[in-house]
Amino acid sequence: MDGGTSNVDRASTRDAARETTEQETFRAWCRAWLREHMPARPSFHLPQGPLEISTEAQLEYLCAWQKSAYQAGLVGCDYPREYGGRGRRDCQRIANEELQTAGAPFLPNLVGLGMAGPTILHHGTQAQKERLLPPLLSGDEIWCQGFSEPGAGSDLANVQAYAERRGDQWVINGHKVWTTLAHFATWMILLCRTDKADKYRGLTYFAVPIKAAVGKGVEVRPLVKMTGEAGFNEVLFEDLVVGDDCRLDEVGRGWAVAMTTLMHERGAGTLVTPSSGSSGGDELGPDGLVELAWRSRRGGRPAAEDPLVRDGIVRLLMRRRAFEQSRRRASVPALVDHPQRLPLQHKLVLSEMLQDTARLACEIEGMGSTLVRTDEHAPAEGRWPLAYMNSYGFTIAAGSNEIQRNILGERVLGLPKTK
Amino acid sequence: MTTTQPTTQPRDFGFGEEAQLLRDAARRLLLERCPPERLHRLVAADESPARATECVWDPELWSQMVELGWTAVAVPEEAGGFGMSLAAIAGLCEELGRAAVPSPLIGTLCATHVLAACQTEAARLQMRRIAEGAALSVALTDRFGSWDFMQTEVEAVGSGPVLLRGTAWFVQDARKVDAFVVKARVPGGGVGLYVVDADAPGVTVVPDAIVDLTRDQAHVELRDVEVSADRVVGLMTTPEQVARVLGRAEAAMLVLVAADMVGAAEWQLQTTAAYARERVQFDRPIGFFQAVKHPLVDMMVMIDEARSLLYDAACTFDQDPEAAEVPARMAKAAASDAASYCSSRSVQLHGGIGFTWECFVQLYFKRQKHNEVLLGDGSHQRAKLADVLIGPIREGEA
Repeated sequence: MDGGTSNVDRASTRDAARETTEQETFRAWCRAWLREHMPARPSFHLPQGPLEISTEAQLEYLCAWQKSAYQAGLVGCDYPREYGGRGRRDCQRIANEELQTAGAPFLPNLVGLGMAGPTILHHGTQAQKERLLPPLLSGDEIWCQGFSEPGAGSDLANVQAYAERRGDQWVINGHKVWTTLAHFATWMILLCRTDKADKYRGLTYFAVPIKAAVGKGVEVRPLVKMTGEAGFNEVLFEDLVVGDDCRLDEVGRGWAVAMTTLMHERGAGTLVTPSSGSSGGDELGPDGLVELAWRSRRGGRPAAEDPLVRDGIVRLLMRRRAFEQSRRRASVPALVDHPQRLPLQHKLVLSEMLQDTARLACEIEGMGSTLVRTDEHAPAEGRWPLAYMNSYGFTIAAGSNEIQRNILGERVLGLPKTK
Repeated sequence: MTTTQPTTQPRDFGFGEEAQLLRDAARRLLLERCPPERLHRLVAADESPARATECVWDPELWSQMVELGWTAVAVPEEAGGFGMSLAAIAGLCEELGRAAVPSPLIGTLCATHVLAACQTEAARLQMRRIAEGAALSVALTDRFGSWDFMQTEVEAVGSGPVLLRGTAWFVQDARKVDAFVVKARVPGGGVGLYVVDADAPGVTVVPDAIVDLTRDQAHVELRDVEVSADRVVGLMTTPEQVARVLGRAEAAMLVLVAADMVGAAEWQLQTTAAYARERVQFDRPIGFFQAVKHPLVDMMVMIDEARSLLYDAACTFDQDPEAAEVPARMAKAAASDAASYCSSRSVQLHGGIGFTWECFVQLYFKRQKHNEVLLGDGSHQRAKLADVLIGPIREGEA
């Protein structure tokens, strides 16, 4: 759950057949701007996605990029003007397509843009929206997500971190895990228990200034992933005191608010997430397999001539095209039987496609796939074995794919609930 | 990026109001006239092996389909038809599959697209006949079921009237149609397309004994069958010409069959999900268990991939038929794989009852197995796609 796949956009629910004039003009403008303003590649290694940002230099470079894209109006353009957006209608999708076509770097404020932003917009007070959204969109303030706990993973509603009300304030104690970007974050969206007697209605949702409280009730400890990369953390709260203005929506409504967050995190929300970089179309998508297969050898011939390799590559190219076409179809009511049927498949389909792509890439590389990024002989700069390991972040995060299948079975096929 | 659709395509796949009306009318009619109980009574009344060569269908329903103009949907307006988009026709074919209706309509639509690709006066004449209600089927395959454009066991000899000689294999719904579009080799290495009436002298339709209960299939023996000049609908002298004409028709045919499969697969999904909601074991509906729930979701995901590729292919064909090969093969490959998985799970998740003759899932299982291989299965399509998307295997040089 903590920062999975929201670096992907989603087709809007617009049912018009063709683009509006506003969209056409905007697309042309994005394209022109990107021609002029794509940032130069940095001298240092950039991680494969926002989940793996581990150095200040990486963060600074990516934040500068987000800010410049924001100032140009490519990030957050569908948000209302009063909250730092551009008040456009269904244009973020266009910007995302152009950002991806241009091969722009990814946007670092993943949790902010994909989860906190839409949640604040839907559930925040006027004052919260005015205060929190503009620096979120610009990337000046990075966000992280405090949902999972050691005892609350797939069973998220089992959250135990406790917020106790004392007058106008809340005192928070608890332990959050898998907290992507917590070491850089100014803010955290935080799900807490406020009533121990009621599992679902005993939860309340907060937006907490975490950076300011480090050492004063908040401790951030890095967790190292199986790849050796940092990027996510555990966060401990000990008598952290926050004001009641940090509460989002009513006391006891936390589960409903968290659903808004999760729907957007899974690519099934109402607001299109600003997205640049990886979404299956970049260097980690199936398109890269063709060139890789011609460069790799198998039995003394190009791997691209092996019938099984060819079949495997075409399967993934099909899935990639189907993924794009499903986003297109999701906006055509006449061709969808249930409004949530395609949106709820988004994270499941994308994460498994990327995982299978990386797996096949390693297979194509053969012995080359044993080499890591730091080995000078590593094919494709060691990208594929790393991508394969990192792909498990996507299939586990944002509600594991087992949970996604439960949700699809229950909400779309009407099967009895597992919980 | 080779797989992105050009932005000039309508975002709604060109699936407009007209298409919705056609599909909704089809769904209503078939739900009323061909519900599963009735279909089972019609085609599965007899479980003895002898039934495998029978041709069981509802000619009255067929007349109604013709009256509604369904044979005319693919015929261009200048030949007396409605000239509807392939996207709209895909919607109609989804309904044919959903009802698993025995009818020569898909075959007739396939024949229409072969004729349309010929672009000759003789072909237009035959399309006019289809618009008026005739049923046709294509006869393009040899005894090995090859989909190779140049492959055929029929020869055209003479030129005064042409004589057709040989056998066309795996002809679909052969005993429901009025005529066949036969592919034959012509002297000098080319390929011709000829329309031959089912009752013409020298034509023998020999029924195949087949698994699928919802259609009939035959091989058509041609013994010096005379074809007049106005029945010579296409004559292609070079392999490139053959590939251009039949390639265009093939893309449309792949879409039509894929649509039937997607519709049938959706029936398999909904029927199996309904059973999982009702059937109680261990004091719970079995759909509670993830071993049942998750495969049902996987069926849905595969169907949706196939359905998205289906309308992608249909829309691409409507915009530019020459560009439709890749999406059409993808649609058929995805539909074949989805049909295979959905068929397998529909029987397995129904348990013992799913394995019986009386259970309706067997009808769809068999129709899908037939559809899977028709025009080439998933691996056939992917091998063809690999040549385009990855590049051909460079024999010799290493």
